[in-house]
Amino acid sequence: MTTATYDDTSVTVDDEGFFTDPGQWTEPMAGQIARELGIETLTDRHWQVLKFMRAEYAAKGTGPTVRVLGKTSGVSVKELYQLFPKGPAKTAAKIAGIPKPRGCI
Amino acid sequence: MDKSIVILGSGTAGTLTANRLRRTYDQRECRITVVDQNDDHVYQPGLLFVPFGLAQPHALVRPRPRQLRDGIAYRSAEIERVDLDAEMVHFADGTSLGYDVLVVATGASLLPEETEGLTGPGWGEKVHTFYDLPGAVALHQALERFEGGRVVVDVADLPIKCPVAPLEFAFLADWYFQRRGIRDRVKLTYVTPLDGAFTKPVAAKALGGLLAEKGVELVTEFALGEVDGTGGRLVSYDEREVPFDLAVVVPLHGGAEYVERSPGLGDELGFVPVDRHTLQHPDHPHVFAIGDAAGLPASKAGSVAHFEGEVLAHNIGRFLAGKPLDASYDGHTNCFVETGFHKALLIDFNYDTEPLPGHFPGALGLPLLKESRADHLGKLAFEWLYWHSLLPGRELPGIGSAMPEHGKTHTPA
Repeated sequence: MTTATYDDTSVTVDDEGFFTDPGQWTEPMAGQIARELGIETLTDRHWQVLKFMRAEYAAKGTGPTVRVLGKTSGVSVKELYQLFPKGPAKTAAKIAGIPKPRGCI
Repeated sequence: MDKSIVILGSGTAGTLTANRLRRTYDQRECRITVVDQNDDHVYQPGLLFVPFGLAQPHALVRPRPRQLRDGIAYRSAEIERVDLDAEMVHFADGTSLGYDVLVVATGASLLPEETEGLTGPGWGEKVHTFYDLPGAVALHQALERFEGGRVVVDVADLPIKCPVAPLEFAFLADWYFQRRGIRDRVKLTYVTPLDGAFTKPVAAKALGGLLAEKGVELVTEFALGEVDGTGGRLVSYDEREVPFDLAVVVPLHGGAEYVERSPGLGDELGFVPVDRHTLQHPDHPHVFAIGDAAGLPASKAGSVAHFEGEVLAHNIGRFLAGKPLDASYDGHTNCFVETGFHKALLIDFNYDTEPLPGHFPGALGLPLLKESRADHLGKLAFEWLYWHSLLPGRELPGIGSAMPEHGKTHTPA
């Protein structure tokens, strides 16, 4: 457990940089996290995914997998990889300020 | 009381649940009806061995109704949908069946058509799967004809049935090509969407080590986007490529089709979300799910269905008696991993404890997470236990539903 500073606010993140408390996240933090991950600008399409991630987390306690995102977020898996090239589920979860998706076993 | 329990699916989970319930409750207490759309019960752990000529396809199939105890009604019908408000199952032939308790045990379906190009040119010729019987038979023929080149084993995405089976396939392929004397002409590659050979760190390290030992290249974090059968390429969503002469792909899995036609029953992938401990549906208390059909953070494996079965039969009895559910499934999973050359290794874990080294079920038992001949014999013996102990819903000697902690060694990954 470490801390990071986004939008001049200190937040708690895990060893891989995922927020441990989604309540500490604010929208202005997203742009800075995205730039650190190599995404220069967050478009409306990015935001559609990020908002969906947060809503899913709030409802289910874990972020969705890429396949579920592709089926339910209104953004296809192909486009998800264009928006978030290095693994959409993990990258979008980081930018959206939610813990690492649990995935499958 | 005269209650009606309807069990959808007569695979491992549905069959053992029906038999456990029938053994526990008198026919005057409840009627049990099992429904399936075909009458062939396939011993699925045997599919792995078919491509290598180590199992005969016909020997893996037995009639479904014959696996059910007396006093269980069997119905062969296609399920159209479940009406959760009316507590009624509707069939494709227009008939329907009401229930006091519904058990969803219709397993996982293969969805190869959901991956671009997978069922296109080359499917069944140089692109195969061994996850169903016709596929395993076709792959056996393809392997027999294979004289050298690049063989790629790929997992499209999780969840899949028996997550260790593709690894076992890679291990057995190494053995198979050595036995044929052409191993030096075959390049074996294992391609996975995970960041290691397996999901859990200690086992991922051990299994990844075995791949390396057997000269199998490991490609990780590969999310399969497209199969180009003509060009012999797997292409990931982030546009990496793995070339092949023969591809063995584990396709995407989803729940049974009728789940999607039944509003409120399943999740986005057609699996039925149930409480991870009681196996009861959170919104529909009359509905339970077991085995591969359940949307749980547990492996889709026969051992899971077996360990869940004990909990489920007990909880259904409590539910029908109007009492709180007090049996709890702990996520216990137990898998023999065949590694070739008459050896296997055993892994045993649950929701909270990852697969660890040691011995199972106690200090003097079978070795865990370590190759041995004893584990290979255990895997072979399991086929008899499956038909004669597991499906009839009997306990396995010395092995209960809860994961044994005794005999395990806790080590950092």
